[in-house]
Amino acid sequence: MNWTVTEDDLDDIAIGAGILGTGGGGNPYRGKLLARRHLREGGRMTVVPLADLPDDALGVSVGGMGAPVIGIERIIRGDEALTALRRLEQRLGRAVTHVVPGEVGGSNSTIPLVVSAQSGLPVVDADGMGRAFPELQQTTFFIEGAPPSPAAIADYRHSTLLFDDLPDAKSLERIARAATVAMGGAASFAFAPMSGAQMRRMAIPGTLSLARRVGAAVREARRVHANPVTAACAATGGQEIFRGKVTDVQRRLVAGFARGELLLDGSGDSRGSALRIAFQNENLIAWRDGEVAATAPDLICLVDELTAEPVTTEIVRYGLRVAVLGIPAPPLLRTERALAVVGPRGFSYDVEYRPLPGVYGGAEAQAAVHGSTPHR
Amino acid sequence: MRDTLRIGIDVGGTNTDAVVLDGSTVLGWAKRPTTPDVTSGVAAALAAVLCETAIEPLRVAAVMVGTTHFTNAVVQRRGLERTAALRLCLPAGQSLPPFIDWPDDLCAAIGAEYRLLGGGFEFDGRPIAPLDEAELRAALDELLAHGVQAVAISGIFSPVDAAQEERAAELLRAWAPALNVTLSHEIGRIGLLERENAALLNACLAPVATHVIGQLEATVRAAGLACPLYLSQNDGTLMAAAHAMRYPVLTFASGPTNSMRGAALLSGVRDGVVIDVGGTSADFGMLSGGFPREAGFEVAVGGVRTNFRMPDLLSLALGGGSVVADGGRAVGPLSVGYELAARGCVFGGDTLTATDIGVAAGLAQIGEPGRVRDLDPAVVRRALALIRERLETALDRMRTSADPVPVIAVGGGSFLVPADLAGAARVLRPPHDQVANAVGAALAQVSGEIDRVFIVDGRARSDILAEARREADERAVAAGADSGTLELVEVDEVPLSYLPSTAVRVRVKVVGELAGQPREAAL
Repeated sequence: MNWTVTEDDLDDIAIGAGILGTGGGGNPYRGKLLARRHLREGGRMTVVPLADLPDDALGVSVGGMGAPVIGIERIIRGDEALTALRRLEQRLGRAVTHVVPGEVGGSNSTIPLVVSAQSGLPVVDADGMGRAFPELQQTTFFIEGAPPSPAAIADYRHSTLLFDDLPDAKSLERIARAATVAMGGAASFAFAPMSGAQMRRMAIPGTLSLARRVGAAVREARRVHANPVTAACAATGGQEIFRGKVTDVQRRLVAGFARGELLLDGSGDSRGSALRIAFQNENLIAWRDGEVAATAPDLICLVDELTAEPVTTEIVRYGLRVAVLGIPAPPLLRTERALAVVGPRGFSYDVEYRPLPGVYGGAEAQAAVHGSTPHR
Repeated sequence: MRDTLRIGIDVGGTNTDAVVLDGSTVLGWAKRPTTPDVTSGVAAALAAVLCETAIEPLRVAAVMVGTTHFTNAVVQRRGLERTAALRLCLPAGQSLPPFIDWPDDLCAAIGAEYRLLGGGFEFDGRPIAPLDEAELRAALDELLAHGVQAVAISGIFSPVDAAQEERAAELLRAWAPALNVTLSHEIGRIGLLERENAALLNACLAPVATHVIGQLEATVRAAGLACPLYLSQNDGTLMAAAHAMRYPVLTFASGPTNSMRGAALLSGVRDGVVIDVGGTSADFGMLSGGFPREAGFEVAVGGVRTNFRMPDLLSLALGGGSVVADGGRAVGPLSVGYELAARGCVFGGDTLTATDIGVAAGLAQIGEPGRVRDLDPAVVRRALALIRERLETALDRMRTSADPVPVIAVGGGSFLVPADLAGAARVLRPPHDQVANAVGAALAQVSGEIDRVFIVDGRARSDILAEARREADERAVAAGADSGTLELVEVDEVPLSYLPSTAVRVRVKVVGELAGQPREAAL
């Protein structure tokens, strides 16, 4: 079922996308404000289910790349992603019919909505990560074989770069990343042109709805003074794997990525236990008292223990009191092919992937797979 | 004899407290009702404490005032200047214009006009565009024609390079000497919208600040004091009155910070949990090295998002005025608040409050204990157990390790904190805890802080940190610190993520003792 995005939806998506960001992906606040500005100025954003795409649709993934700190200071011009999209369209010689989020976790959840308002193109209710990951080749689009080029990036001066004849997605990541630095540390992209048939196979379904559902559940729980953390677990299909206080944060810069470790001291049901989390922008591996408790691609999400407000690896600091959610990854991230890229070994950890129980997106996602219509 | 006395004044929502200190010894204190004009309450408290201690006014070396007045002016949209934003950003930065997430009534109160101009810098200091002086002049003329009296200038990455903001301010001051100009890089840290918001709040407070601080100066003089006046900042440090007139926004949230600093100074405990029990709420804060631990999230003031570091507080709706109901099975969240002295049972009122329970249990001597003598002991027992349970739960959430922590209970309702609170290594109720905020204000130091991005390329880490330290020192001295006493209290380096470049965001804060004579920033 199609839906039209409202201001309320934007508030919900921002919270849901923040949680699904697993500590990274950037804060969706600014993207939400821009999308809201478009709504207030008469713009429309339509979200269409992945399953409803015609075979001959032409979808392109749009979003931003670069350092979140650039995004909070050098606020975007607003039409960078649209500029990249138009450049790619020109190269393809065909009109794009749909935009699809590359990464539902964090700030890239809202940019496709902005492009939708600017272009009138519908947004596909799907994405390429179901969470946040640091690099472009980590989307299911590329893991499932979407062509790495042509691809385009653009900056606030409307300088555009078109990438062509790339051997693989990792090359796109490497070259586009270098160009992004030259563009002042942030740029917007349009990549992975896919037919409707390809998107249905290569994208993770229902993730924009999921972000909205998670945010709505959390906000409703806050409103009625219920437990927002429990609500977030139910809506995501995750479980609370730990609760405690951050007792140490160590960060270091490795090849442009903020790697580090968090230590948490248990409270409540976790009293007497300690949790260690390794992160590379996103949280990747969690060990409880030395035993692996959860690993990527499953989602390890820190939220404020009272409000369920997402806590990113950039703002996490000594003394914060958090609940740690473990959310099972969507099936497309659990294939052998995907695990080689986004499993523990894909991030150079010599750790076995032991899938968390449950279903990504919880009961509603399961119901959707079995044919009943999801509703709010 | 050397002038060693200090007077601390805390202007709270209900009471204005004044305290006289000799070194860290409290010579005396006074509490008077806060007045809407601030200064009458201050004058009354000051007169009372001078009378009580009978000190020679000329022996007072400094007066420090902590006030929520400027926060309240924003919250109540009172006396605010017609203020515009000038953002140096084009062609970037257009997507989210200034005032984008502000409450409508506050926008209406200050006009909320803005102009986006060419300018700004990249993170590595390359200009996005040069400042266009003709464009600036045209913008100014329009804004002046619309009655704008204050502007905030915010340039992209001005914390990395402030040259454009400073040049723009120089021109504006030359063209329109009466215009009040605030520069974003002097107010806030990285995060354009939040820094710009803080600069705009600062700009619109100009008339309130000039008036109130001028009046405070006059009040201090009228009391026979010839010493300098300082105001408390949100990080618990001081700024000279002239500095505060230009940066009133920096006084936001100084109240809770002063109370925690005062608790630390009165108790001698530098690491622990402070519980400030007032009439309506109990505020829990964590002391780390004698300073409040700061909150990790963005803080909204009067509905406006800023990126000030505020103390990390946990507030329970539990205070001396909390209403006790259901036979002691419910305490709060309702409170009689400032009406305690009229409505509490021990004062002859008919509302059972937490204070009445405390008096009945012999924890405090307030009002007429005879009025609660016949209270059912089961009610008292149940209410005390409930209060204890809620305090213990909150303490558990505040602690950062499993080990018991020292707890310092301050405020008018501090007697409600049991001496054997679970999770507390010990519970201290230092003398004069009722005026902990005024003590915190009086004994505060002076700080300087910077937060900006440095390019590492080839530079030694120590060299970058030294440069950051130097800039922070300069700011502290400008705010009134004695340069010989500056100490580094915080260093935070965060590499810029998702970028394979070698840029690092450095935040440095230094703190020092107040210099004999405050010096002003040369701007």
